[in-house]
Amino acid sequence: MSFSTELLIKVLVVLATAPAMALGLTLLEVKGSAWMQRRPGPLHVGLRGFIFPLATAAKYLQKETIIPNDVDEPVFKWAPAWVIAAVVGLFTIIPLSPTLIVRDLELGVFFLLAISSISTIGVLTAGWSSANKFSLMGGLRAAGQLIAYELPLILSVVGVVIQAETMSTVGIVEKQIEFGFPFVIAGQGIAFIIFMIAATAEMMRTPFDMPIGESELTMGFFTEYSGIRFLIFYISEYINLFVMCAIASTLFLGGYHVPLLPTEWVNFYGPLVLIGKTFLLAFILIAIRWSFPRFREDQLQTLAWKVLIPLSLLNIMVTAIMKVVF
Amino acid sequence: MAQTMDPNNMPILSEASVSVEIETEDMTLNIGPQHPSTHGVLRLVAKINGEKISSVEPVLGYMHRGYEKLAEVRTYPQVTTLVNRIDWVSGFANEIPFIAGAEKLMEIEVPERAQYIRLILTEMARISSHFVFNGAFPLEIGALTPIFLAMEDRERVLDLLESVTGGRFHPNFNRIGGVKPAAGAGPTTKKDIQDLPAGFYHDTKVAMQKVLEAVDRFEDLIGGNEVFQLRTKNVGILPKEVAEEYGVSGPILRASGVEFDLRKQSNYLPYDKFDFEIPIGENGDCFDRWAVRTSEMRESAKIILQAIEDMPSGPIQAKVPKVIKVPKGQTYVRAENPKGEMGYYIISEGGLGPYRLKIRTASFSNISILPIMLEGALLPDLIAIMGSLDFVLGDVDR
Repeated sequence: MSFSTELLIKVLVVLATAPAMALGLTLLEVKGSAWMQRRPGPLHVGLRGFIFPLATAAKYLQKETIIPNDVDEPVFKWAPAWVIAAVVGLFTIIPLSPTLIVRDLELGVFFLLAISSISTIGVLTAGWSSANKFSLMGGLRAAGQLIAYELPLILSVVGVVIQAETMSTVGIVEKQIEFGFPFVIAGQGIAFIIFMIAATAEMMRTPFDMPIGESELTMGFFTEYSGIRFLIFYISEYINLFVMCAIASTLFLGGYHVPLLPTEWVNFYGPLVLIGKTFLLAFILIAIRWSFPRFREDQLQTLAWKVLIPLSLLNIMVTAIMKVVF
Repeated sequence: MAQTMDPNNMPILSEASVSVEIETEDMTLNIGPQHPSTHGVLRLVAKINGEKISSVEPVLGYMHRGYEKLAEVRTYPQVTTLVNRIDWVSGFANEIPFIAGAEKLMEIEVPERAQYIRLILTEMARISSHFVFNGAFPLEIGALTPIFLAMEDRERVLDLLESVTGGRFHPNFNRIGGVKPAAGAGPTTKKDIQDLPAGFYHDTKVAMQKVLEAVDRFEDLIGGNEVFQLRTKNVGILPKEVAEEYGVSGPILRASGVEFDLRKQSNYLPYDKFDFEIPIGENGDCFDRWAVRTSEMRESAKIILQAIEDMPSGPIQAKVPKVIKVPKGQTYVRAENPKGEMGYYIISEGGLGPYRLKIRTASFSNISILPIMLEGALLPDLIAIMGSLDFVLGDVDR
């Protein structure tokens, strides 16, 4: 198979998987929240609620695209593209099995952190170009938040990288298999919690949804978006949820591996195992979203700079010392 | 805005001084009238510097319906249909002070049973109003789950209100001299008027137990939530003195530590026969305002349970003339509504309807402290403070 055919197939597979996972997580979120809030609708309507995400997507597709007069049109139109490109790009390094991966990059983790910060541009330009004060404040809040929480996200992964002695995602999973325990048990428990908190903030989900804050900023940086562009923001939110949870399960929970299953069949059960772990993590985040109010902007920054970053630095130190000692 | 330099008017270099201070202009942000958390159509013109608010000016009147004027061309029994709609979250409670005022002018002694029924339904309106608050306030600071639970629990109380009055929000149940025979009361004879529907006592007991359970659950789910505490404790502190000066009333005043409750200090309904406490806050912050309202629900449920235990029998309607004419005079009757003090100043010229009616509503006075409380607050706190005041725009604009 030539390189270009292989690339084409991989791109098509990713482009089919990403929205499918987003739909799956939307369904999980809708049903999970309905279950927590005792709302009968999404549990019964339309094939027991399974048609719900599709109906949502179809609704946004048929809506009119409204572009207000004063917006900076090219910037406004391209903003959703930045966001979705960043999150879909992250699929590159998610290993479904040792061989089922778009590209096992040597600098996989580095790639993750570099690409994930591109979405900041999209969010900031969306807020800036909308010509709306609420959007602007949402965009600025988002920028501040994404920059602040990028650091604990990076620093918490450094511990894993030190322990695994590699940055490749497949390498990290293989190390965990070799080790016998996933990293969440074997020394990186704190890093896992920091990673999940920082990832929640990166995704701007409750309790870190100050940039969207629908009760104060109407809808934050995507107040002025409608129709398909809103849908793109919406889908990329859920793709991001999938990607972040998939990376967390790869780095901390042993990825595609489960003990006792024969390793030669990993290509068959690997994807299912990873998606299972991912949805489990996503469900925890969903439960958190529907039980907490949101932090205030200053509290959110305090948490990042005064708690998470020192903790993750400490984690790196301890991990490094342990690595040298043993 | 940074200091700009006009190229034609550049200062001579020797005279030029370096200004390191960058002046920034405040941004004017119009919050409302269409905004998710202004409870309707309140508009706040906020001057903000980044996230910090330098001044706020509430703009009212988007919902003015002219009830005071409309009342002048209505007869007394017709006015209750109007006043129901002032604070629609607790419609029943709005009728009481008006009816009590008219009765005071006519010098009518209302039968005890009718007073008990009024009292029970007022407390139910209070519970229903505080349920809405318990859903809406967390919703405003970002928790989306409590509103669904609160609405479900409120339904139990509204069902009871409906079973007695026939209406959930606008009961229009009070008559001058008593209350209307209940809807669904069954066959009535001249001797024995069935005023409460069959099974009402039992249903109420069950519902109040559920309300008490719900209050416990809310105290756990909302009050025990760490993020909720972070967002509300020490936020929007209203000192006792300021609250008194601005005529703030109701749970907001009590949260600031003032023991003022017209249910204890006035006698518009026989509250003195029941044993209940008035929850008082300590700091006067948003959390206290939430806590006071939530404990009030418990007290209201207790009052209702007691009222049902020793419900007097007898007529529910005093003898009144067929055409109600109120003698010449003026009166002011005030009552402790869920949102605070509500009063009606009635001037009667002896006609069929009031000559002039002035309605003092709780929310109007309560939001008068917004500019003081919001000065220097952060924008997210604005939402929290506004939510904790629990006003209804119908109650502000009338």
